[in-house]
Amino acid sequence: MPTFVRTDKCDGCKGQDKTACMYICPHDLMMLDKDGSATGHAMKAYNQEPEQCWECYSCVKICPQQAIECRHYADIVPMGASVQPLRGSDSIMWTIKFRNGNMKRFKFPIRTTPEGSIQPYNTKPEAVMAELNDHSTLFTKGTHSCDTSQFSAS
Amino acid sequence: MSEHVFGNPEVVEEEVDILIIGGGMAACGCAFEIMRWADVAKAQGVDLNIKLVDKAALDRSGAVAQGLSAINTYMGENDPADYVRYVRGDLMGITREDLVYDTGRHVDDSVHHFEEWGLPVWKQPGDEGKALTAGGKPVRSGKWQIMINGESYKWIVAEAAKKALGTERIQERVFIVRLINDKNDPTRVAGAAGFSVREDKVHIYKFKACLLVCGGAVNVFRPRSVGEGQGRAWYPVWNAGSTYSMAAEAGAELTLMENRFVPARFKDGYGPVGAWFLLFKAKAMNAMGEDYQEKNAHLLVEAGYDRYAEGHKMGTCLRNHLMMHEMKEGRGPIFMDTPTALAKLAETMTPKEIKHLEAEAWEDFLDMTIGQCGVWAGENIEPDKEMSELMPTEPYLLGSHAGCAGIWCSGPEDIPGTPDHYHWGYNRMTTVKGLFTGGDGVGASGHKFSSGSHSEGRIAAKSMVKFVIDNKDWKPELDRSVDDIVAEIYKPVRNFLEHKDYTTAIDINPHYITPKMFQFRLQKVMDEYVAGVSTMYQTNKAMLEVAERKLNMLREDSEHLRAKDLHELLRAWENFHRLLAAFAHMKHIQFREESRYPGYYYRSDHLAIDDDNWKCFVNSTYDRHTGEWTMKKVKYVQLIKPADDEPRAMKHPGANV
Repeated sequence: MPTFVRTDKCDGCKGQDKTACMYICPHDLMMLDKDGSATGHAMKAYNQEPEQCWECYSCVKICPQQAIECRHYADIVPMGASVQPLRGSDSIMWTIKFRNGNMKRFKFPIRTTPEGSIQPYNTKPEAVMAELNDHSTLFTKGTHSCDTSQFSAS
Repeated sequence: MSEHVFGNPEVVEEEVDILIIGGGMAACGCAFEIMRWADVAKAQGVDLNIKLVDKAALDRSGAVAQGLSAINTYMGENDPADYVRYVRGDLMGITREDLVYDTGRHVDDSVHHFEEWGLPVWKQPGDEGKALTAGGKPVRSGKWQIMINGESYKWIVAEAAKKALGTERIQERVFIVRLINDKNDPTRVAGAAGFSVREDKVHIYKFKACLLVCGGAVNVFRPRSVGEGQGRAWYPVWNAGSTYSMAAEAGAELTLMENRFVPARFKDGYGPVGAWFLLFKAKAMNAMGEDYQEKNAHLLVEAGYDRYAEGHKMGTCLRNHLMMHEMKEGRGPIFMDTPTALAKLAETMTPKEIKHLEAEAWEDFLDMTIGQCGVWAGENIEPDKEMSELMPTEPYLLGSHAGCAGIWCSGPEDIPGTPDHYHWGYNRMTTVKGLFTGGDGVGASGHKFSSGSHSEGRIAAKSMVKFVIDNKDWKPELDRSVDDIVAEIYKPVRNFLEHKDYTTAIDINPHYITPKMFQFRLQKVMDEYVAGVSTMYQTNKAMLEVAERKLNMLREDSEHLRAKDLHELLRAWENFHRLLAAFAHMKHIQFREESRYPGYYYRSDHLAIDDDNWKCFVNSTYDRHTGEWTMKKVKYVQLIKPADDEPRAMKHPGANV
């Protein structure tokens, strides 16, 4: 169920060394065809191993040109449908087009804080050396309460 | 450097104190925890050099890359001891209760941090906007699960990990393929080696400790979809068994590798069913509209499996068992009755609430299995109008979901009643000194899921810092030369370059095998002889003997894997890792002469669950020089008191080993 790249939209991430889709694909599927020797379309990206695509949509979501879509797997799914997202910084919009032409649209939140705003240690305690070998706590000291009467040996 | 062309890689050597191998939830948890402990170590005069290396990009690496619609492990109002009971019940009694308890007591803290970092967690009406830590009540889809808007779950967790580590400590797109033992102590790990999938470079790391967290094993069995759809595995297709394989080659003891997970999911898209069963209260039925779980309850009694069921409480595998019976009897397809469930919920709802409910049902897929929406849209299936088929998938090897394959690890020492053979000094360290793991890597402790894997990475982080402080004057020395390591890693490239001009067809050449055909050969053997879908998950001693013979030949042929480019070198090593993970799985099934997990697999020559002889762990070690596996039984010890509402088999003390 592979992703595909539209020739009319992909700009090869404007000639940078690697494209956004190459950067993000967890399975190393996306390639930039620099000279067009692989696809006939120079400076455009393509999915080099479609049958290994998990259809995780990481490339679809990250593409700055919205040039990547999914053609659902040809060995299983009847033709004509599409599922396409538009991912913003705090929400994602989905457009689902059925084979029979029906459409559904959904919008879901994805994040409650601005991207890049996480400060992991800002208000957190320092670790304490004396607790390095204490299995009952991590540095944040957020251990759940434990009913010790539940142990067979208690 | 122009002289470094394909086949002649630049060698990059680096020495660190701690190497984190992988980029999923466990690796990110480790990153978050470890830097705080590194600070205190520094104050003690031990300045730790830490690095994370991952074959993908942290933002979308690991099993949570696509997102998730629920966090499946959150204690909340429950006690961790009850969580242990749930896990051991689901995994047929044999569980490292110390490890599970340890994850249980720490997991909520990770979830609280996810929410603080920006992950939207659903709240009950009236508690919207109120954080979990402020008493906000989550929407539970089950006793242990909470619902989230999780499209960016991994993105958020990765951001915290990157901020904690700093980008200078992160190396992406380098695939570590082998651990290297220490020259002076073969029971110890001293380094790891791999290659860049972007440049002609071999990377060799030396270290005092490492966290090996590269997920489970997917596509070791022939999948039900063999065309384009073979990428649509239930678990991520990039989980190649690297954790199990690298640990085994380094000499680490594996445990319960006979276990597997066979999820029953929406057919072909493998969309999640949890919310449909638990949140929307949908029922599954056979072709005649019968509730086969009710109808087939007597089967559990007849097979003697009912000791592991208590009313509707039973292991996931036993639910599969009841479903598979219907399929074998020719009463499929199995349907999930989504229209009735939604209609029933709608009876008491306003049109606006119904619209919201529909969105929730679709979001369940869109957050984690978008492909299922593609199947539904392509087949014109709207869940309020039409039922959907369910299907048990091909088998997966993993240790974090409803499965417990993995590596035998040392646990915490402070759980009362923990026997000596459960710990040897450092929490989450394997039997190889300096080698730690988490998430899918830690065996015999399933049901940690995304949140528990994160916590386990944190637990291991702390423990590795202690290990390195205790070993601060020790110097790692690799047991083989850099030249030897480079030759091993680039063998598939050399095979290609040496022989490519022998024939006119690049893929058909008697001197090498492509990674793709190698994977097909592995999948065929596993499917046909080691209880894959084509035998309806059944195998026996004779079939396993055939499998072993064929797998041994495949291992011999792994010397002839070819790589025509760096991408294929990635696939060559992934498939080598799949082979060893599969080999371990086969050897464990061969050794355990019972059917411990009916519905996951059957030893048709030993169909009973035999508690008196087999309620114990099975552990194995692999000798990479001889190719020999050594198998043994290891005693199970119950640490949490049995409860009255648990299946009665939980009162069995375990086999005498």
